[in-house]
Amino acid sequence: MINFQNVSKRYNGYEALIDVTFKIVPQEFVSIVGRSGAGKSTVVKLLIGEEKPTSGRVTFGHYDVSKLKSGQLPQLRRHIGTVFQDFKLLPTKNVYENIAFALEVAGKPEKEIDDLVREVLDLVDLGTKSKNFINELSGGEKQRVAIARAMVNRPDVIVADEPTGNLDPFNTSSIINILTKINELGTTLILATHNKDIVDRLGRRVILLEGGKVATDEEKGRYTA
Amino acid sequence: MVTTLYRIIRNGFQSFWRQRLISVATLTVMLLALLVFTSVLIFNVLATSALNSIQDKIDISVYFKTSAPEDEILRIKQSLDELNEVKSVEYISRDRALEIFKEKHSDDAAINQAIDELSDNPLSASLNIKAKEPNQYSLIASYLDGSSLGDFVEKVSYAQNQVVIDRLASIITVSRQTGIILTFILAIVAILVVFNTILLAIYSNREGIEIMRLVGASNWFIRGPYLVEGIIYGTLSAIISMAVMTPIVYFASPYLKVFIPSMDLFNYFITHALGLFSYQLLFGIGIGIVSSLIAIRRYLKI
Repeated sequence: MINFQNVSKRYNGYEALIDVTFKIVPQEFVSIVGRSGAGKSTVVKLLIGEEKPTSGRVTFGHYDVSKLKSGQLPQLRRHIGTVFQDFKLLPTKNVYENIAFALEVAGKPEKEIDDLVREVLDLVDLGTKSKNFINELSGGEKQRVAIARAMVNRPDVIVADEPTGNLDPFNTSSIINILTKINELGTTLILATHNKDIVDRLGRRVILLEGGKVATDEEKGRYTA
Repeated sequence: MVTTLYRIIRNGFQSFWRQRLISVATLTVMLLALLVFTSVLIFNVLATSALNSIQDKIDISVYFKTSAPEDEILRIKQSLDELNEVKSVEYISRDRALEIFKEKHSDDAAINQAIDELSDNPLSASLNIKAKEPNQYSLIASYLDGSSLGDFVEKVSYAQNQVVIDRLASIITVSRQTGIILTFILAIVAILVVFNTILLAIYSNREGIEIMRLVGASNWFIRGPYLVEGIIYGTLSAIISMAVMTPIVYFASPYLKVFIPSMDLFNYFITHALGLFSYQLLFGIGIGIVSSLIAIRRYLKI
């Protein structure tokens, strides 16, 4: 489903990714690990079309992401749910509206939006906070809103870039539990992280990046760096 | 499509309301710009009417010898009418001149009596010439000098008033040019100030714009609400500006009338209210939309 073929990315002479190749099949749970600067975020940015590869090819389903024009990116992104370390929630909208926004952009009717949003709000256990604004939430709650938004339009894949980077251990495990549950329901999951404990506990496929290259790629891997 | 349009409009109003501080700041700046814009418009109307009323007072008169035959005078009038620079030529016959004189001095018994005692009309026929532009009088005067009219012409008034006319002409020209330049500069300043304010307002929302892109919003779905906000700013500030201007003009009008008797500013304002409002609406909405479009461009690249 997702295919990185000999992908390299250079920023002003700095090599962020060098000849990276891997495939991700549907319903997989893949952790991309490595220290800061190893290239994890670059992989995420290339996948959602925020950056273009310097060379190589990135494909997602029938989309050739590396060739998409700016106007075509919204279509691609409606198939990918994204969760970030800094949450990236809209401060002028409340919890409900933040989640509904992902459906509004796709032109879904109000009734369907209402049903879907309430459903995911219950799933992340935020049913009572739907009218609250983002600055009234704790870090863990914010991340749960972000996850709810990422999954509400039933994407083929959810990409989480350091989703637990700003959270305490308790909220971290609750976020990971939600992500695991989403994966079990059939959504492909890509988790970029440098948190060793999470990765080891998951016991799923691990791609280790070092200096912009794939160092290891193991089923049921561990973060042994 | 309808749903999307509805959502864009709703999001525009929502963000206008929820970011009240930014909205009020932008609205205030836009309002000030519109007040400057309207004041300049009104000032131009005033200046034009003042200059026109001055310009209208300038003319040159050709006085003919009492012996000059009327058909000769009418022939000269016709040749003047054909000049490009001439706006109008008014012929005042000797009889008409006498009438005017009598009217003017109807209260003065001594003068009336003196005239009645005269057997012949002592006044000359004359042509009052108005030029299209005040600086063309010297041209017309030299035409009068040059043509072989010497036999009939008693005197041309330009020679006596030349200095005053020339000075007035140059004052009028300079005033008009200054007006145009001032209008231009003030309009540019107003546009730049509004543009910068909207630029900053959108800059403070840049993260939101990037987030919308990441969630899969199309560029028009993101831009739309900002354009709606631009329209709200333009409309509201035009309404407020009219509400502010009306009492100001109402109270200033009588004082202005002292300087320019021919000008009833408040009446002008009321009869042209719809036009002025439309101009402001156009200016406000136009600059709101264009500034938003330009400011948002750079954040849509993600």
